[in-house]
Parts: sequence; structure tokens; C-alpha cells
Amino acid sequence: MTAKRAITLSINGRKYDVAVEPRRTLADTIRDECGQTGTHLGCEHGVCGACTVLLDGEPVRACLMFAVQAEGREIRTVEGLAEGEALHPLQRAFIAHHALQCGFCTAGFLMLAAGVLERDPEIEDEALRDVLSSNLCRCTGYQNIVKAVRAAADEMKARR
Amino acid sequence: MTGAAKGRIGESVARIEDPPLVAGRGRFAGDIGFPHQLHMRIVRSPYAHGRIVKVDAGAARAMPGVFAAWTHEDIAEVPPIDFREGRIEKYEPYRQYALARDRVRYVGDPVAAVFADDAYAAEDAAEAVLVEIEELPALLDGAAAPGRFDDAGRSTEADVVRQGYGEVDDAFAGAAHVIERELVVGRHSGVPLETRGAIGRYDAARDVLELHGAAKVPHRNREALARMFDRPLSGVHLFESHVGGGFGVRGELYPEDVLVCAAALRFGRPVKWIEDRLEHLVATNHSREQRHRIRAAVDEDGRLLAIDDTFFHDQGAYIRTHAARVITMTCGILPGPYKVPHYRATGHFRLTNKTPAATYRSPGRFESTFVRERLMDAIADELGLDRLELRRRNAVGPEDMPYALPLVVLGDDVEYDNGDYVGLLDKALAKIGWEALGSDLARRRASGEAVGAGVSMFVEKSGLGPSDGARVSVDTTGAVELVTGGASLGQGFETAMAQICADALGVDYRRVRVVHGQTERIEFGIGAHASRATVMTGSAANEAALLVRAKALDVAAELLQAPIDSLDIRDGVVRRSDSAAGASVTLGEIAAALAPTKKTLGGRAPGLSAEGWFHSDHQTYPFGCHIAVVRIDRGTGAVAVERYLVAYDIGRAVNPMLVEGQIAGGFAQGLGGALFEEFVYDERGQPQSVTFADYLMPTAREVPGIELLLCEDAPSPRNPLGIKGAGEAGVTGVGAAIASAIDDALQIPGAVTRLPATPQRIKAILADRG
Repeated sequence: MTAKRAITLSINGRKYDVAVEPRRTLADTIRDECGQTGTHLGCEHGVCGACTVLLDGEPVRACLMFAVQAEGREIRTVEGLAEGEALHPLQRAFIAHHALQCGFCTAGFLMLAAGVLERDPEIEDEALRDVLSSNLCRCTGYQNIVKAVRAAADEMKARR
Repeated sequence: MTGAAKGRIGESVARIEDPPLVAGRGRFAGDIGFPHQLHMRIVRSPYAHGRIVKVDAGAARAMPGVFAAWTHEDIAEVPPIDFREGRIEKYEPYRQYALARDRVRYVGDPVAAVFADDAYAAEDAAEAVLVEIEELPALLDGAAAPGRFDDAGRSTEADVVRQGYGEVDDAFAGAAHVIERELVVGRHSGVPLETRGAIGRYDAARDVLELHGAAKVPHRNREALARMFDRPLSGVHLFESHVGGGFGVRGELYPEDVLVCAAALRFGRPVKWIEDRLEHLVATNHSREQRHRIRAAVDEDGRLLAIDDTFFHDQGAYIRTHAARVITMTCGILPGPYKVPHYRATGHFRLTNKTPAATYRSPGRFESTFVRERLMDAIADELGLDRLELRRRNAVGPEDMPYALPLVVLGDDVEYDNGDYVGLLDKALAKIGWEALGSDLARRRASGEAVGAGVSMFVEKSGLGPSDGARVSVDTTGAVELVTGGASLGQGFETAMAQICADALGVDYRRVRVVHGQTERIEFGIGAHASRATVMTGSAANEAALLVRAKALDVAAELLQAPIDSLDIRDGVVRRSDSAAGASVTLGEIAAALAPTKKTLGGRAPGLSAEGWFHSDHQTYPFGCHIAVVRIDRGTGAVAVERYLVAYDIGRAVNPMLVEGQIAGGFAQGLGGALFEEFVYDERGQPQSVTFADYLMPTAREVPGIELLLCEDAPSPRNPLGIKGAGEAGVTGVGAAIASAIDDALQIPGAVTRLPATPQRIKAILADRG
């Protein structure tokens, strides 16, 4: 055990003042100290991607970072995707295309896709599949996830 | 029967489950917490086999934030974990204690438990527990000579399971050909994305022990916990929340479930345990590992005369809750879609020093389908027959139905209900364009590519009885509640049940709230396993909803002064079926009229509610076939799947979108077991597959889209809705079809004898054949 440090995290535009040990992961802190449990932990070694959040717009594995490293950065989690009750196009597409079953990996895929589509709205199918292969899903067989992200990308593009 | 409300049986409507899950508002085991809870961390054996010399938790107990630390002596009164089906005397010595006593038998065997205020502190303290173990030789091969399980000298062969019929030896003696193969299915498992989790809580005010994070079979686990802790059933309750995938492994009663309950009772504080991934890969049930020595006797035309299979089932270190379920199932379902006049299966149930094994999606069928279909390919190859023609000659025909075999699966006598197995094969071949595909592949092979196609056929089983019940009630706002003893592991249970209930009752499916996995809400429940839920719980929900419908119409007839048979329920409103306008009454108003205080109640039981039961003598037997097209890189040995078709007769699909999802997901898992996933051990029994970098689950890169041919040609005669299960259809035939396709691609008959067909093994096959 080591001394706790007081830090302020900014998650989905809201400030959280927390005291954490420097060794505490960002994922645990988001979940336990900040109460945002939509971010899930599937492996805690950076492979499955269930804990993916956006850090200053970039998808990162929240299990591989310490909370203290995220101070001063803008964190976005699945809880921040919808605007009020209006779901994000990705969320709607995941429902429409049956892109989730148990829903445990879903937040990670949503945040991965959100980050990628914001950076590269014109992403090609092959590149998209490549990006999505960085997260694991055990229920769907992936096709519906790929379809949902493609559908959301098209919708988001048409809206601009 | 009903009107325009959404979500009738057969409609691919969106899932009720999804909105909270896409918004991060789910409630998985890790999301559950109670004030003043302790966090548990397990100390596990670093040796595959050894005698416990000393476990000293003294230093751990003295660490900051640590509340307690246990070894076996601290909970010596807690019995080993029993079998789900109750007492099986001959297997009892092989059961696992919550914390190991005297010996450890696999790397990961729990030897101590530490309880602390914080999960990090618990993990620190666990490292301070001193474990002294005298290492013993590890037995790692289920097919090697058995050893001694314990100091009493019990054998590591717990049993020899036998099933069969006819005069097998005579059939072999007179056969034109005998074909023999040795085939191996590798050790792999369900590996859901959410690791296990359990939160024990003792509510002293009500004297109730609660287990949160339950899954799969909450009612059965409640019975087991009540027995173990000598409590009345009413003093034990299980609570299922969101479950991040089950696949057979999650929701069984494990040492950690018992420990959080024991600790909650002892400490009077809630105790939370969340498994980490390394633990999961060594502690949660493994599955599948079998070595078969199988031979077939056939006549000159390739007709099966007899099958004789001797196999070795590597059970791992203990016999857990499933007892001999997988090995018995393997024996009972191996003949599959073919007529086998004489049959003998001999399964050696062997303990080894690896993680205990049990069921994983399609238990006994993934294995036996691989073995049987490899055998069929081998017969065809040796007799110079076409692989498909051989299957046609031997398949059970529609004229043979119902087709009974003197075999047992899950305690149920095998009797296939209906179906045209060859008819489905023909449809599948037509859909994929088999002839054209064959010439195309031949052309590509001639130009140097290693490409090929393979087919597997199988019979599934689903809807294990004998009984299940459900309760439907409508409140005064017209909202419907369906209370089941089922369970949801992410498969879409709520939506399927809501559709069945809504269709029978005459409401929109979104009006139905489906309760599952709450032992406080319903006395009995079968949970969700063995593809039972839609058949059994669905049929019970249908029955209950029909009773509520009848009661609603009875009251409405009185309120509307109209004959019952002139009335219909559409979207929750009762009116005359011959007019869209006119007098009407809502289900909510009928519920109000049935309040205990209302004169309108008449002589009826209060409330617009009913309990329905469904009873079944036999399981239903859906069936299918898979077609794989693969391309092999001769340089790396890597197998890529170019096309994959699943043909499946489900009887009747409640929600085709969900069925397709189940099959696509099952296929991905089958692909993992066929090509990538394997729990590997070194010579001392150290597990080598302890991260997702070593245990390779397929990603979006490896899993192609499947082509699905979903048929409803053979609705089950064994339930009123005609439904059969869907959960395992995507998995069962994958290993077999991929293996056959690899043979074809390499043009080496019988090349694949072992799964997974990893690049190393493909390279070895190529090196062997020069």
C-alpha cells in the first residue's frame, strides 16, 4: 500500500475529485471511485479491449493506465455517448443490427468505434475490420458489430 | 389469434435487453456492491500436484486492511461441492473442497482465501501467504495408465461409462471392411468476456443468505448451498443480474461461490470476489479434451454395421457439479444422424492434474461430431466413395421417425422426434452451389492453391424436461410481468420469452417485463443450460399467458355483455373481433375489475394472473449440417475460412434475428476450438495458456460471416409451439467440417486427426507427407 494522491479526473465533461494510490488503474478508478461502471474489465492485460475509453479523443485501454496518468486529460466513457435520452448513432446501430448479446464487450467496441470514426469518418471496410479486430467479443461472431459500425458511420457521414 | 401489436412469434424484433447495455447502465457482477463489503482474494496452488506441508496466513492477517485469512482448517466443516443432480456415491471421493485439504491437484487449486477492505489490499496480502507444498509427480495424460488419486489408493480412473446395444463383436467379425482411427479433441472452453464474480451477503435481520452474481442455474445452486450450509431453502436466495456470457462454464457452483457465502455468514459482512483473467483460465471449468479410438464395421457398399468407440475423457483434477454429464452425453449422441445397427461406446472417466473440466456449449456433441464425421470421411476415403454419398446411404430417413435408440442423454432416452436429414443436406448443398464450388476449388488447386471444402452432419438435442413453470400477471396499468425460473446469459432470453408471452396474450412484447434468475420470485426454475430455455420455459410462459388470456376474456365478456368467442385481445385491448370500433376494455381495466375488493371479481381468484406449467417426456432433436471452405497457406500452415454455411432446422424460430445471432456466435466459438484455442501444459503441469496472448480467441479478422439456411420444416411435435433449441447449432459441426475441408485442401485424406488444427500442426502434417 502506498500513500494516496488527490487528483481530479474529467469524465464526460464532469470533474471528479478522488484520492487514489498511484498504482490504481484508470479503469478501476473510473468504476469504483467515480461510479461509472459502464466501462468493463475483461482481461486486465490490454488484449480484450472491454475497458476501452477515449482519452483526448484517442481510444486507450483503461486497464493499462494509472488514474494519475489521466489527470488533466479529457476522458470519455460509454456513459457520455448519448445526449440525454437520445442515443448515439453507434448505440442505435448496435441495437438495430443485433451487435450485442451479453453486452459485456459492448462499451469497449462502442468507444473504439467512436474514436475511430471521429478521426477517420471515411474509413474503408478493410481498415475498419482491422481496427475492430483489436477488441474481443465472445458472443456475436463479430459480423453484426462490423455491420453496425459501418451503418453508423454512413449515418454520421450523411448527417454532416 | 391477435392483432397488430409488435413482437409476435417469428418476428425479428429488437431486443428488450439492449437499451441499458448500450448505454453503460448494465449491472454485471463487478458492478454490484454493498456497504462495508470485504474483498476476497484466493491463493492458488503453484504446483500441479503436491502434498500440502503448510499454509501459513499469519503474515497476511497482520497486513493493513486485512480482516481475515482462511486455510482449509478454518472451514473444515464445509463439505466438498456436490453434484448438481445430488448424491452419486462412486464419484464423491473426487469432489473438490472450497479450499484444498492435504493435497493440491492442479495449478490454480485454491489453498487459502484472504479478506480485506480493498481488492488491492487483498491481493497484496494474498502474496504474503506462505504455501509450502511437497511436489508430487503430475499425471497429465488422460489416456495414459491411471495412477492413484489419493492416499486411500483410489484410481484416477473414476469410472468407465458404457453405452451401447446389439452384437458389436459379431458385426465386426462378419464385416467386409473395418476402418479404425485415433482422434483427439483439444482442451478448450467457454471463456466468456466477463470473468466470474460472486458476492455473498448475510442479511441477519431476515436470516437470509444471499448470493449475488448468480447465473445459469440459480435454483439448483440454491438447493446445493442450502444443503452445504444446512439452511432451509427459504433462508437462501440467489440473485442474477447481467451476465457477461456463460457458455456452460459460468454459473456452476465453484469453490469461490461457497467461500463468499461461508465468509458472509461467518463475518456478518458482505464479501465480494471478482475473478481476474489469469485465474479464469486456470480456475473456471475447462472442457472438450478427449482421445477416441474408434472403429467402424461396414459392408461392401459402405453401410455401417457397427461402431465401437473407446475413448479417454480428461476430466482434470476433480469431478465438479456436472459429474459424468459430458462423458455420458458423448456416448449417447455419437451415432448422430446415421443408422448404426450395433453400437458400443466405452468412456474412460480419468482424473488428471489439470483444471477440472465440465460442459462447454455443445458438450459431448462438438467432440463426438468431430469423431463420427472424421470416421465417415475415413470410410468413404478407404472405400473410394464420395463423402456425401456415404452419408446419404447411412442417414436416418424421415420414414424412420420417431427414431428411438437404446441410449441415454441427460437421463433421457434418446428418441429423435422428426426431420429429413438428407433433405436438409441437399438444401444446404444447393444453397452453397456445391457442384460449381467443387469445380472452382479443383481449378484453384490445379493452379497451386491449397483450397478445399468439407461437410459435417449432426443431430442436436434441446429442451430437456421434465417440467417448467412460469407466472404471468397483468397490473392495472396493463403492464405484464412474466416471472420465470429461467436465466439470462446474454442470449436474448427476455426478448424471446416476452414474444411468446405477448403472442399468446395479445399485447405488444415491449409491455412484458421478464423476470429471471431470482429465487425469491419463484419457487422452481431450470435456469438456462442444455438449450432448454426457449423450449421448456417458453412453453410454460405460453401456457401461463393463455390462461391469463382466458381469464381476461371471461371477465371482458361480462363487462362488455358479449359472448366470449366474439372477443379478441389486440395490443392489450379486448373488443369484438368483428369490429375495430365499438365497446372495448383494456387488460389494465380487467385487472382492476379483478381486485380482491371488487364486486366484479365474482367467484374468481383475485388478480389478472396465472401460473402455467409445461411437461415433456422427451427432448427435441433439431439437426443440421455445416459446410466449410478453407484456404491454407502452405508456408505458415495457417488456415483461413473463406466461406461457411450452417443449415439448421429449428422447428420454429421465435425471433430469427436472435437465432441467427446464436448460430453466428456459436460458429465463432467452434472456429476457436477447431483452429486456435487450446489449454496447453508443460511437462510439470504448468499451464501455458494463462493470458489472451497465449489462449487465442478468434477476432473479427479470423471469423468470416456465415451463410445461414434456417429451416422450419420440422416443427417439434413435443411442444405446442413446435420449437427446438438454437443455442448450440453453430458450434457442433465446426471442428468436423473444418477438418474435412483441410483434408480436401491438402488433398491428404484423413490429414486432420487432432483439434485444434493450429499452424504448427498443419506444418507437421505437410512435413510428414513430404
